[in-house]
Amino acid sequence: MTVLRIDKLRTTLRLGGRDCDALREVSFSVAEGETLAIVGESGCGKSMLAMSIMGLLPAVARISEGRVILGSRAIEAEPESRMEKIRGAEIGMIFQEPMTALNPVFTVGSQIAEPLRDHLGLSKSEARKTAIELMERVRIPAAASRFESYPHEFSGGMRQRVVIALAIACRPKLLIADEPTTALDVTVQRQILDLLDTLQEQGEMGMLLITHNLAIVAGHADRVVVMYGGDVVETATVRDLFRAPGHPYARALLASLPRVDRDLSELASIPGRVPPLAMLPDGCRFIDRCPHAMDICNRMPPTVELGEGQGHTVRCWLHVEGGEHAADG
Amino acid sequence: MLLTVDGLKVIYPVKRGWPIPKTRLLKAVDGVSFTIGAGEALGIVGESGCGKSTVARAILRLVTPDAGSVVFAGTDITFMPLKRLRRLRPKLQMIFQDPAASLSPRMRIGDALAEAIRVHDIAQGAGIDELVGSALTEVGLSPEVADRYPHEFSGGQKQRIGIARALVFSPELIVADEPVSALDVSVQAQILNLMARLKAERGIAFAFISHDLGVVRHFCERTAVMYLGQIIESGATREIFDAPGHPYTRLLRSVSPVPDPEIVSASAVAEGEPPSPLDPPSGCRFNPRCPFATEMCRSTEPELRPVNGRHIACHHAETLPPTGDNRVR
Repeated sequence: MTVLRIDKLRTTLRLGGRDCDALREVSFSVAEGETLAIVGESGCGKSMLAMSIMGLLPAVARISEGRVILGSRAIEAEPESRMEKIRGAEIGMIFQEPMTALNPVFTVGSQIAEPLRDHLGLSKSEARKTAIELMERVRIPAAASRFESYPHEFSGGMRQRVVIALAIACRPKLLIADEPTTALDVTVQRQILDLLDTLQEQGEMGMLLITHNLAIVAGHADRVVVMYGGDVVETATVRDLFRAPGHPYARALLASLPRVDRDLSELASIPGRVPPLAMLPDGCRFIDRCPHAMDICNRMPPTVELGEGQGHTVRCWLHVEGGEHAADG
Repeated sequence: MLLTVDGLKVIYPVKRGWPIPKTRLLKAVDGVSFTIGAGEALGIVGESGCGKSTVARAILRLVTPDAGSVVFAGTDITFMPLKRLRRLRPKLQMIFQDPAASLSPRMRIGDALAEAIRVHDIAQGAGIDELVGSALTEVGLSPEVADRYPHEFSGGQKQRIGIARALVFSPELIVADEPVSALDVSVQAQILNLMARLKAERGIAFAFISHDLGVVRHFCERTAVMYLGQIIESGATREIFDAPGHPYTRLLRSVSPVPDPEIVSASAVAEGEPPSPLDPPSGCRFNPRCPFATEMCRSTEPELRPVNGRHIACHHAETLPPTGDNRVR
């Protein structure tokens, strides 16, 4: 069953009196029990995408086209009062910096208990009991005795566990994790990712894992959406993406990764940088850095399916039959 | 040896407690020894709080060591008066994780570089501009950028400027503290390739501080692994990462994500986080988290000693089971 479907989403930013597309025609879906990773470098639009889904866009941004369908309901135009109910109850959220999600002056336990009372209507003692169970599920040692602790008494990893307990408290259908382990050491990172894997399997949530780290994607996602400059340039299963990346950007990105398990002679690097939002080209946005750029790339490439029915799609003229001549016709 | 660090200790007084704070001693670096040869890169790896950045600072005398010695190019600089040290500083440069923090926002790039050249009396008159231009060219920037301000540059370009500023001094050793951690992977590859070229062509040695084992494997011939203020394993990078000896190195290696979905990483990771360096455990500092710990490990601190061509601080280094092949398919 599909938990989340994004259909031709366009998010527009008003910058200096001009409209710029921060996201263009973004489409993908997340199934129950599936982890879909959104990867890309700074400026690719992955955080803008998360904010578009959650209805947390800054004032200068708006969804100008397309749909965000949670379960069977379109939510892209819901008023903030409705979104407040959806966030936390139907969409759980985990961010990079746990301290920004926690209130320093309330105990950890009371913060986990709050959504249980607000969204699920539990009594005070029921909420407390459930909150302690949640703390145990995210493997906070001696959960009952740490109910009354404050966030500053926890390490970074333990705080992230508290945030996860909060995110799953109301059994959401969808969990959005935006760089959930970027601020953590590798051993703790691994513990948190393993925990998310387990919780997701138990709860059959769909998870949207937003990250810049392709190595994490390799180990913890089922499918991947690669973004560049606000476009989805490739969608594939993890295995297909790493085995046979189709888009020149995805290929270059994979070739630029140093590896702990083997020696590489030289890392491939991508020349140049992502152009600023206001200067992104109308056609393929990778055109200036692409070794295969052709004339037709000045037009926005279509999304092409590779292989048969595996859901591997690439947005690139290279994969269009006779693509280099398509401009004439 | 270009750099010899012997028995280095750095101790910070820390005030803790309420209402009457007590001063306690935090041994950030507790007896660290290593050498770096000319043109060689030594990776210093470990998780936050292990003391790797303090080691970097102590080499440059940005903190004064409490014990031990730092000998650079045959001169003991451990307690050398700062006035005399200044004459050696050009040969001993540093680049930081956040290059913007070391650039004045109100100073043009060219002026910032020229000032450094003037202060150390490296060139005069027209020679200054020439040196600035050649340093910028060397790091892949056009000499014209000298007229621009730091905010006009991307993160990768700022790091290039940071490297250019080190290069004007023709350094023999560059201490690099997480120089690529804040960069996107494609840009990270550009900077790593640039540093590798400087190492090969100009014979510059590096002390390379990083938490990313993949990056260290790519750049450093030798590696020292730190845990709670001490080096627990050191030797040839490839040997350490392919067959880690110390149980902590094994843990670190097994949780470092590999960008390849075909590689099944080691299953469950033990829970737990490093203890506070304020209260290091007695005996071996890793013993509370070590699956192989015995009574001896709890009572006696192991010394870093030669084992099979590398150095390992573990009582049981010879008798531990062989490292599982992490490349299981």
